[in-house]
Amino acid sequence: MPALQLSADDLCLVRVENLHIQIGRSSLLEGIDFTIAPGEIITVIGPNGAGKSTLVKAIIGSLPPSEGFVRKRKGLRIGYVPQRMHVDASLPITVMRFMGLPISQSKDAIKRALAQTRVDDCMHRQLSELSSGQLQRVLVARALLVEPDLLILDEATAGLDQPAASRFFLQIEAIHQQINCAIMMVSHELNMIMATSRILCLKHHLCCQGTPEEVARTHEYHTLFGDTVLQYLPGIAASPAQFDHHEPGNDCAA
Amino acid sequence: MNPGMIVLLDDFVVRAALASIGIAIVAAPLGCFVVWRRMAYFGDTSAHAALLGVVLALAFSLPITLSVIAVSLLMAIAVTYGGGKLATTDTMLGVVSHASVAFGLVLAALLVDVRIDLLSLLFGDILAVSKTDLAIIGSVVIGELLLFYWWWPRLLTSTLNSDLARASGIAPTQTHLILTLALAMLVAIALKVVGALLIVAMLIIPPAAARPLSKTPEQMVAITALLGTGSAIGGLTLSLLIDIPTGPAIICSATLLFLITRINAAARA
Repeated sequence: MPALQLSADDLCLVRVENLHIQIGRSSLLEGIDFTIAPGEIITVIGPNGAGKSTLVKAIIGSLPPSEGFVRKRKGLRIGYVPQRMHVDASLPITVMRFMGLPISQSKDAIKRALAQTRVDDCMHRQLSELSSGQLQRVLVARALLVEPDLLILDEATAGLDQPAASRFFLQIEAIHQQINCAIMMVSHELNMIMATSRILCLKHHLCCQGTPEEVARTHEYHTLFGDTVLQYLPGIAASPAQFDHHEPGNDCAA
Repeated sequence: MNPGMIVLLDDFVVRAALASIGIAIVAAPLGCFVVWRRMAYFGDTSAHAALLGVVLALAFSLPITLSVIAVSLLMAIAVTYGGGKLATTDTMLGVVSHASVAFGLVLAALLVDVRIDLLSLLFGDILAVSKTDLAIIGSVVIGELLLFYWWWPRLLTSTLNSDLARASGIAPTQTHLILTLALAMLVAIALKVVGALLIVAMLIIPPAAARPLSKTPEQMVAITALLGTGSAIGGLTLSLLIDIPTGPAIICSATLLFLITRINAAARA
């Protein structure tokens, strides 16, 4: 079923309403309700198998809802960075060529996007030869090329070590400052949360949501994650005008 | 002038050459997708279904090309959309692929008043390509090349990653259907040239030979077309010079090219 559209001047980019996804007999998502506003950062956390990637796939339209709706603003441009991308060894493709898919782009635009995520030196290399960190940044650069209203990162730091992951988040935050797109990221690592984000706590249904401090205080959070401390990364302070409900924070939540 | 040159000017040889070159060219983009998407078994199923298509056409006096396209398409779609409910896709492909051959052969034996040259169905009969065949081959080749040109970025994106394609507004199910249709049409025209058993070889071996020489998908398609055309001309020439079956000779030539590029690449690594 095609996702129903929101009008172009809707206040939200995406409205997820009573979303259920069932595959075979197992219910992956149940009654999910939330919205994504322009310019906001959302982090979806939850244990493995909680349905995080399922939620992302429902939003990009890969999985049709069994019940409920995913409504997107008319003309919404989504930049999607998948959890991992396996490039078959039988398919030769350079970073340069990949960046122009499916919409061909000028060489300058490609160079600029790659420079934004600091992989412009990889332009002529084969996609299959890149390290997982480089591939991740190429995927982000490709997602940025379409000037997205919404950037979706699915476990983007999986496979990166801690310093690399921190650098990656700083880059994402810098990009957010520059182009002010909404960002939805999925993470199962609780020490990799951006301080400026709204947290959605997922385990098949939405357990709780709010700022990192708010979420860390809830009973649901402790049921899901026990005593694991929700740490957020010291990042660039968000401009308060856009994130009035998000206090920039540099300390760790108790 | 040596006798080989004079033979090459004979009409049926020219027709055979044009038919095999046309198929080599259109098999290039399609074959690359078959290799990239690991659809070899799927291609086999479409090709084997062609056998049943021919026998059904003869049994009910239907146009052969259309019947082959219809049966190939039907089997492929049945596996894609219905197969998952009965068994895993891989098993379903195996069942449908071999059942098509078996039912085709059984049905052919039951048709007492029609004589079917099974050998030419299985291995092709390129020297018997008629002007009508050539016209059909020509239109399918042009049609498919236009299709690939038009759908290229979408086909390529959904081949790389179906979720990336979705996020860009491309429906991967649609691109799969387009490739299935292109495959069924190629099977129908390649049946006469290389035969049902060797169609998939024509789709897979030239791209596999081109892979070590290519840096981008487009380059790989171009090199595949060149190597495929080379194999077609080489195989045809060999079959005329030393009197061997043409279809298998084309595949042998392609295999030789495959060995050369791969061994060369392995030696450099």
